[in-house]
Amino acid sequence: MSSNRDIDALIDMMAKLPGLGPRSARRAVLHLIRKRELRMTPLADLMHTVAATARECGNCGNIGTEDICDICTSEKRANGMICVVEDVADLWAMERSGVFKGRYHVLGGTLSALDHVGPDELRIPHLLNRIDAEDVTEVILALNATVDGQTTAHYIADQLDGRVRLTSLAQGVPIGGELDYLDDGTITAALNARKTL
Amino acid sequence: MEWRDQGIVLSVRRHGETSAIVEVFTPEHGRHAGVVRGGASRRMTPVLQPGAQLDLTWRARLEDHIGAFRVEPLRSRAAGLMGDRLALAGLNAVTGLLLFVLPEREAHRALYDRSEVLLDLLGHGDVWPLAYLQWELALLEEMGFGLDLSSCAVMGPAANDLSYVSPRTGRAVSRAGAGEWADRLLPLPACLLGHGPAPDRDVAEGLRTTGHFLRAHLAPALGNHPLPDARDRFVEAFKKRIAE
Repeated sequence: MSSNRDIDALIDMMAKLPGLGPRSARRAVLHLIRKRELRMTPLADLMHTVAATARECGNCGNIGTEDICDICTSEKRANGMICVVEDVADLWAMERSGVFKGRYHVLGGTLSALDHVGPDELRIPHLLNRIDAEDVTEVILALNATVDGQTTAHYIADQLDGRVRLTSLAQGVPIGGELDYLDDGTITAALNARKTL
Repeated sequence: MEWRDQGIVLSVRRHGETSAIVEVFTPEHGRHAGVVRGGASRRMTPVLQPGAQLDLTWRARLEDHIGAFRVEPLRSRAAGLMGDRLALAGLNAVTGLLLFVLPEREAHRALYDRSEVLLDLLGHGDVWPLAYLQWELALLEEMGFGLDLSSCAVMGPAANDLSYVSPRTGRAVSRAGAGEWADRLLPLPACLLGHGPAPDRDVAEGLRTTGHFLRAHLAPALGNHPLPDARDRFVEAFKKRIAE
């Protein structure tokens, strides 16, 4: 307790953020107060701005501050490849790698019988429209290597049915991974996807 | 409270940032939920995939608490099936239907045994769709909606050409007994009776029959919720394989 209602409310709010708990929220708030000009004011301004402008890209589902995101408007990205991801966090992870130079499509989830998520709840029909409209030649399915992720991948493959080249990310041993510490499922997937050297 | 058992993972839901609530099907304790601490971690996510076989220790202060599981992986099934769309659809249908029909904390040993065998068969050869069909029959039986395919409901035990199933009573009907009602009855392929070969078309016919009883008899008894989409997707994928 800080003995101030507003500061306590701020701590409570911060403690609800992912990765933070009450103790770390208290530390963060204390740090912000001590570095008011350097951290707190710019952070508050940016949060205010982003809260007012952040929106979903009408084309790919990425989050940006324009109706159509920078990736979709970039001419350099129009190389005929679309990478399909489950969530915006996955798109950002792909972008961090800097390897993929095409465009993206965010599904907004995966098919899930448990959560009653069917094809209509995902942005699959929009993906099919984009394939025709943007002269797409290859769709890369970068979905999670989970039962739901791969079920969704197979569903999309059925929907595309040979219209474009369809690929998916490889599955197997992570960089820096040691076989001894891998689960048998990952080893099975890696062995099934073995390649000739 | 504490017990130890084996179990098949039916569903996993994230709980907070690091944990997961896992529902499993066990031989001695039936469908049972529990929290797995660290279940959302990078190490545990591959282990906690639907269909996985786990060694489980469940602990709770009181019996009606959700409790916590300590899990050790025994067999991972999903990884081997991810490249096989039909087998993956089968896995989803099995786990989806078990979640749909099983009451919590009620042992169904016979169904557990059949489910374990079926999950081990998924993706192996062409025989497993027949095993899946027979599993659905066993599921109906276990839930109290079993079909009576022993003799003709119209002509009695003397009739030996059982060809249909009554959609209302679930009893077999012979070709002669069906008469002009044949087009209102459900198909009874030989593979449902456990006779002869089981071509894919017969298995698909059998799935139409079991699907009717799941949808029209079992689902209404469980609150009239729709059957899991996963079952329909499996049947569609199977029909597509036949068409190819």
